[in-house]
Amino acid sequence: MAGDLLRFTTAGSVDDGKSTLIGRLLLDCRAILEDQMAAIERASRSRGDPYLDLALLTDGLRAEREQGITIDVAYRYFATPRRKFIIADTPGHIQYTRNMITGASTADLAVVLIDARKGVVTQSKRHGFIASLLGIPHIVVAVNKMDLVEYRQEVFEAIVAEYRAFASKLAVPDLTFIPISALHGDNVVHPSQAMPWYDGPTLLHHLERVHVGAGRNLVDFRFPVQMTIRNHPDFRGYAGQIASGTIMPGEEIVVLPSGQTSRVQEIITYGGSLAEAAAGDSVVLRLADELDVGRGDMIVRRRNLPLIADRLECTLCWMSEEPLRLAAPYIVRHTTRQVSARIVGLDYRIDVDTLHRELAETLHLNEIGRVTLETSQVLCCDPYALNRATGGFILIDVATNNTVAAGMIRRAAQNGVVNIQPPRLRSSDVAWEEATITRAAREARNGHLAAVLWFTGLSGSGKSTIARLLERRLFPLGVQTFRLDGDNVRHGLNGDLGFSPADRQENIRRVAEVAKLAFEHGAIVLCTFISPFRRDREFARSLIPAGRFIEIYVKCDVATCEARDPKGLYARARRGEIAEFTGISSPYEEPQTAELITDTQTQSAEACVEEILALLRSRGILR
Amino acid sequence: MPDYTRTHLQQLEAEAIYVLREVAAQFERPVLLFSGGKDSILLVHLARRAFWPGRIPFPLLHIDTGHNFPETLAFRDRLVRQMDVELLVRYVQDSIDRGRVVEERGPTASRNALQTVTLLDALIELRADAAIGGARRDEEKARAKERFFSHRDRFGQWDPKNQRPELWNLYNGRKTPGEHFRVFPLSNWTELDIWQYIQAQGIELPSLYFAHRRDVFSRDGVLLAVSPYLSLLPGEKAENRLVRFRTIGDMTCTGATESAATTVAEVIAELIASRISERGTRADDKRSEAAMEERKRQGYF
Repeated sequence: MAGDLLRFTTAGSVDDGKSTLIGRLLLDCRAILEDQMAAIERASRSRGDPYLDLALLTDGLRAEREQGITIDVAYRYFATPRRKFIIADTPGHIQYTRNMITGASTADLAVVLIDARKGVVTQSKRHGFIASLLGIPHIVVAVNKMDLVEYRQEVFEAIVAEYRAFASKLAVPDLTFIPISALHGDNVVHPSQAMPWYDGPTLLHHLERVHVGAGRNLVDFRFPVQMTIRNHPDFRGYAGQIASGTIMPGEEIVVLPSGQTSRVQEIITYGGSLAEAAAGDSVVLRLADELDVGRGDMIVRRRNLPLIADRLECTLCWMSEEPLRLAAPYIVRHTTRQVSARIVGLDYRIDVDTLHRELAETLHLNEIGRVTLETSQVLCCDPYALNRATGGFILIDVATNNTVAAGMIRRAAQNGVVNIQPPRLRSSDVAWEEATITRAAREARNGHLAAVLWFTGLSGSGKSTIARLLERRLFPLGVQTFRLDGDNVRHGLNGDLGFSPADRQENIRRVAEVAKLAFEHGAIVLCTFISPFRRDREFARSLIPAGRFIEIYVKCDVATCEARDPKGLYARARRGEIAEFTGISSPYEEPQTAELITDTQTQSAEACVEEILALLRSRGILR
Repeated sequence: MPDYTRTHLQQLEAEAIYVLREVAAQFERPVLLFSGGKDSILLVHLARRAFWPGRIPFPLLHIDTGHNFPETLAFRDRLVRQMDVELLVRYVQDSIDRGRVVEERGPTASRNALQTVTLLDALIELRADAAIGGARRDEEKARAKERFFSHRDRFGQWDPKNQRPELWNLYNGRKTPGEHFRVFPLSNWTELDIWQYIQAQGIELPSLYFAHRRDVFSRDGVLLAVSPYLSLLPGEKAENRLVRFRTIGDMTCTGATESAATTVAEVIAELIASRISERGTRADDKRSEAAMEERKRQGYF
């Protein structure tokens, strides 16, 4: 049962050789069998093709065979000893944008094909845009037909430079370029003999090794309930597939939108009860208390709530011949929840070829726009950029029952957040003072979103240095910042605390609460604390809305930190003068879910600051 | 740090369970189409896992052509008892007797096409709004574009040019009365995945899938079992050979392959070495290049 699974999509027009590329992958990975091969040979001959037409393998339906084009998403399968692959093969013409979006919705990687003779054309950009819109973490640009440009390096390099310049406008975390010839098999499965100047991986080598977990959110536990399972009067369990995050028996949960709380009693599968379950697992949860839970509810952790809103700003991809009717009734299907909905505002349409924003009255087939969605009941969701499983929805036409659009949630619209506050850690007789000036209003005036940047890492790893530099970069931009530093708070606010695990926990609790206050006042809060325990950092995270807590792991090994030793602390710890010193006599639990890992061993503090700025921009915190 | 990676089989299992539960949640009267083949046997096992510790909340529906291998029926009845699930059977013979269909004649006659009518009649009679099938996208190229939730009109027909887009894992099972859905939880499985899962979970299969001696004859390159339902043409000669079946349908159209594989592990080894696709052993697909697509449009499984 070894080997994992990579779902990828291929986009490109018929002429780019997309079907030929897939045929080549299947052929060279021995996924085409003798009788299938014989059928292609027969068909190629009857069409009078001079060579074996590998495209015939993937162009399935009869209409397509007759017209010689692919008009629907076709799924293909092959496996190597390392991995199983599912290809969503989608057509590239603009009139099939909806199919491309469908194929992209489940993909971890997109292969964008570019014809080396034609270079970067409008549709290569469109494919990149759609891949980034649908949150695909990896894009491979396969520059095809290198054989027709004499395998020249400068042709390839020019395309790489042009596409990189374009892609810098998109949120693409990982972009790779490979020069290939699908027809002759160069750099598809076997390295090319004709391009000695290229020393990168072949396409298959890259597909076999790319990290598949990148699109998987393991932080925010979200469990949309599919159905209730009963087997006798006293047993009731909730069946579903974990959309994101992880869960263990004993954890405290909230059922949304009702706000009822309980604990997970047992995680049941046919093969036995589990000690822990994670995103993607289909399980049955049994809760400690009898609650009223049904299909469409969402079970989450008490300290990590999703957005709960009935007005949402979304990106909408229109997929029907019938154009969007503003204010007309539609049905939204989101996770396992189905509610009535209306599109109450269309801000603009995005030209998928130029990325320009245009005023629009409606959206037609294959058009993409920014809209405001209003739902009859709340949705429990996350921004799509943070969680593909809880950020996407489909829109269904009430009259025809057809799926007419795909939507991606960006954020709650103004006045859209519905407050469901389950009980949280606070003194019971203190009521929460509602700020009369809301955070949203402060953010609007500041021109940036509030956020908490939590820098964690060993003493001497460079947390404070980076935070100071970052603050100096943000200040001239007019950004409201607020810096909380480990050494400083221990002089005052936390002067009564030592370094035992309990005191460290209290230290972080106080700091996290202060960070939350500053956050609510619209600031970008820079917290620099060794914070060695994962549990404490997760607590800090739980106070801040999803997407606004950015954990930054300032990574540097103990030996390097000890060599730097700016405050002479390591030396003192080695001499036994400081007890429970992280890295020497007390453990440091590395983050598993940091939004950013920045390595100060191999790069300068300035470079780390650049990485952080880029992240803040890509997340929309800075404009 | 705990390991949160999942193998491809674990992912396929979780996906199939999710789809089966969506059927139970979105439809009022689903049925699981049971053919006696390994894919539908696997579906029953996955349904057991999906609703555990509860019962499978829908019946199995078997369309019996009357030309089954006897082993298939014995295995079916045992499985139904073990899985504690309801079984419904409808017979092609009844459709013939009622004049709904006319039996094909001649030595290549098969009831394979006739069972579509019996199936559609049964779905109407049972007012079934979803029929779960074991079809996989890797079997045949017309199936490569099939949805998990595949809409059928009031005549039970599939319109491949007008399919609903299927995004993420959001399956739209909304329909008007009289329409139904075909649902394919194994869409993303390949033949090898099926066998590897059967091996990993220790799932029992009919003996037909493993090597045994049997009287067979060759027709159009397909090895068919000698049975009362097929008569030999001039020049055809029955021989006793060591064979097994890769798919199981009617005795009239299911081809055997010569094989010495007697265990699941040996079958998998043979499969990895094999150079012929699974449906290459089916006589019903060889009628024309677009044979499967034609039959699917009309409402075939």
